[in-house]
Amino acid sequence: MSSSRDRIFATLRSGLKHTVNDPARPEAVAERIARRTPNLVPQRAQIPHAEQVALFTAKVEALTVTVDSVPAEQDVPGKVAEYLAQHNLPSQLRVAPDPLLENLPWGDRPMLQVDYGHGRSQDLVSVTPAFAGIAETGTLMLHSSTTTPTTLHFVPDHHIVVMKESQITGSLEDAFARLRDKLGTADKTAAENWPRTVNFVTGPSRTADIEGVPVLGAHGPRRLHIVLIADGTP
Amino acid sequence: MSQIDSKPRVALFVTCLVDLFRPSVGFAAIKLMEDAGCVVEVPEAQVCCGQPAYNSGDRNDTAAIAKQVIEVFEDYDYVVAPSGSCGGMIKDHYPALFAAEPDWQRRAEDLSGRMHELTSFLVDVLKIQSVQTAPQDVKITYHDSCSGLRELGVKAQPRALLESVQGLELVEMQTPETCCGFGGTFCVKYGEISTDIVSRKTADINATGADLLLAGDMGCLLNMAGKLKREGSPVQVRHVAEVLAGMTDLPAIGESSLGESK
Amino acid sequence: MSMQITAQNFEANAAKALKDPNLRKAMQIIGGPMASRRVETARELPEFEALRDEGVKIKNHVLKHIDLYLEKFEQQLTARGGKLHWCRTPREARETILALCRSRNAKLVTKGKSMVTEEIGLNAFLEEHGITPVETDLGEYIIQLAHEPPSHIIGPALHKTREQVAELFEDHHPDYELPNMPGVKAGPRSTEPQVLVTEARQVLRDRYFQADVGITGANFLIAETGATVIVTNEGNGDLTQSLPKMHIAVSSIEKVIPNLEDLSTILRILARSATGQEMSCYTTLSCGPKRPEDKDGPEEFHVVLLDNGRSEMLGTALEPLLRCIRCGACMNNCPVYHSVGGHAYGWVYPGPIGAALDPHMIGLETARHLPNASTFCGKCEEVCPMRIPLPDVMRWWREQAHEKQITPPLQRWGIEAWAFAAKHPWLYRLGAGIAIGLLNMLGKDKGRLASLPLAGGWTDGRDFPAPQSASTFMSQYKSKQGAAR
Repeated sequence: MSSSRDRIFATLRSGLKHTVNDPARPEAVAERIARRTPNLVPQRAQIPHAEQVALFTAKVEALTVTVDSVPAEQDVPGKVAEYLAQHNLPSQLRVAPDPLLENLPWGDRPMLQVDYGHGRSQDLVSVTPAFAGIAETGTLMLHSSTTTPTTLHFVPDHHIVVMKESQITGSLEDAFARLRDKLGTADKTAAENWPRTVNFVTGPSRTADIEGVPVLGAHGPRRLHIVLIADGTP
Repeated sequence: MSQIDSKPRVALFVTCLVDLFRPSVGFAAIKLMEDAGCVVEVPEAQVCCGQPAYNSGDRNDTAAIAKQVIEVFEDYDYVVAPSGSCGGMIKDHYPALFAAEPDWQRRAEDLSGRMHELTSFLVDVLKIQSVQTAPQDVKITYHDSCSGLRELGVKAQPRALLESVQGLELVEMQTPETCCGFGGTFCVKYGEISTDIVSRKTADINATGADLLLAGDMGCLLNMAGKLKREGSPVQVRHVAEVLAGMTDLPAIGESSLGESK
Repeated sequence: MSMQITAQNFEANAAKALKDPNLRKAMQIIGGPMASRRVETARELPEFEALRDEGVKIKNHVLKHIDLYLEKFEQQLTARGGKLHWCRTPREARETILALCRSRNAKLVTKGKSMVTEEIGLNAFLEEHGITPVETDLGEYIIQLAHEPPSHIIGPALHKTREQVAELFEDHHPDYELPNMPGVKAGPRSTEPQVLVTEARQVLRDRYFQADVGITGANFLIAETGATVIVTNEGNGDLTQSLPKMHIAVSSIEKVIPNLEDLSTILRILARSATGQEMSCYTTLSCGPKRPEDKDGPEEFHVVLLDNGRSEMLGTALEPLLRCIRCGACMNNCPVYHSVGGHAYGWVYPGPIGAALDPHMIGLETARHLPNASTFCGKCEEVCPMRIPLPDVMRWWREQAHEKQITPPLQRWGIEAWAFAAKHPWLYRLGAGIAIGLLNMLGKDKGRLASLPLAGGWTDGRDFPAPQSASTFMSQYKSKQGAAR
């Protein structure tokens, strides 16, 4: 252990002089970290799932995100092709090597050139899944994994997210709870399996650093588009 | 007689600035409280609440001054100041001065419980809804002084009372709650900054088109009046108590009777 | 060798700022739209005030057990493959970061926004050692080109006009070519923010891919998972940390929080207080290097945790400052800040939080003006999401200055003389009577005075209203009482 570490802790503990030797502290801290009860979840997030979907859609649209609702997975390639045409984009897609996306019938749209992998400087359009959509603020939750490289979320100019309505949750806490459920395994806790990054994305990249004027597309994606598969309530 | 006996006995905490610059505010405060059924006294031994020392970091002198104030006002049902700033000092800050002197702390807390800003006393304690004063046909705007607003929650009370005066029309500023830049000794120590802050305030005041600016604290009023007069603004400036008591025959703050009477 | 300190020249800095038209324009943006957006988004969330209370509770709880939370954070971070570097002083932090960069033979370092790296003066230090740091947050990039420190903790270049930005870009990007027109040099720039943003995007894009190391800050450290958290709008922080081989997150010890539920609570008040957004565009949790099977991400992940006197604040009047989440609401709403801007404060943290924090970090003698240059209007405390009693802390500093006789003698004697009078009512009345008689005589004709000896601070910009009459309220009241009897 470095001496700087020891000295910092010594100063901290001398600042806690009245309580530092309280034997109950370690347990209190462990309990607090393990506590899964949310502190306070806004009412607006505590609504039935159908309303969460509506709220999510309204929130992202207010952030200039475009949303295409499709009845089923097989409709996704068509909507993606439409998006490319609308924005005069070449028909090249860099797609996350995720089962949901790999199994889409891209072959129905032979014009589309689909390849899989992480984001590179030449990629204009990425297609990725999301782990969850959070209704209270219109936020997407994405995380890194073998099948979902983070660079796809930030490098391309256009980020297309394919997700299901059942992935929409009310609150941030709901989304974290789902992620913990997914990550926890028989032999390891969720924290032990925690991915390198968890990204919350709320609208396209923006800045107001020049005279406070809001401008979209600072460094991350200029546009964010969501194709939402209507699979109903989880 | 029994009715008189039940009248609350109220001490007026005059405040330095009213004492020195605007005696009419003190008389207006007395009238308002007497009209509301109080017996008002003005203890002669009172001086300052100690705020200038407190905000200059002189805690010892502050505590010494506070003890005087606590003693002078010990025997009254209520203590009322026509100022949110001095009122806030006594109500909010006195008890904390005596963390090491429990007896004085108890007495400070006792005073704190009896201490009120004037309009808040009339509305929140005496439950007065309206004042008895002649109609005044004038467009007013109201500045919320910082201490009154943030330490004592004075916001709706002066407006409620003003609404009861026939003929008054209140036009709100864009930012009535923004500081005027007075800040006690700040206005002299950092005069340029203070002047800049008050110039934003006067722009806001002028934009309302009001004829008369009101507030509940003499410090802010002197500052805003001084700037308005320097700018040649026609807006007049008064303490809210003067208007509520109908005592507007004397010249407004920063104005002279000579020019007008001749 | 950290950022250059000019806090001791606050008065001169302020005087200069008051005459700077560009700064005044920027301050209108901060005091106007930025401050009002905060009010609007807060109003749209009925639980906003209750969430502030929850936030305060979380931070207060952490401060009672901060040693244990930091240990837990370290343990989790290490288990995810990250490495924690404890640094007591800015020098230690600089040396640590330099050594890490050298271990990668780094020539080019991209940087996300980090106030702690400003606190330790990292950029100048890296440059001295042959490493080029490139700021990637647009505002930070602009002021880096201009060789200026930030003037606001979340809008560092708001004091620059679009014309100034265009000029900086013309000077610094001589080879920049128009988008989609290879070989065509851009020439004189448009001053449209959209066009300027596109240029910065283009120029910085290459840097992200070329950089050997990416340095970001961290708004929070999560004990539960060992993750650091950044909150940005531009996406620059994410590009900075995911493209180079090494990611260094530079942060400070008070940023630790227990778990993801606590993060959720604090995120709800952070963006709303800062920019008036419900959520900033990008909130990213980072936890260790790329996993063996990952296709992207850094190979090394380091967290440099700075103390720089924070640990000494625990258990003192300054402890509440450790709750600060650096949202900037206190400055966005401060009348003094609106007048003088951030540079006048003369160190990294301006505005009310700086006035409360800087004396501890750079010394009270150097920073003595900062806690004094406040009207105590209380707006900062009203808007602080963490309800930090900023005026109380500033007053505490004034008490320290008074005790240690740092307050200039004239001011100290003035207040002591006045206090002496206030403790002797007869003397006070006598003095008041004389002063009032004099002022009334001088100002009677106009009702005000245009100048007043010893009060030039007042009368240079304002008239001084004369007393209403030649006698005080007390003497008038006494004669009335006498007459009534």
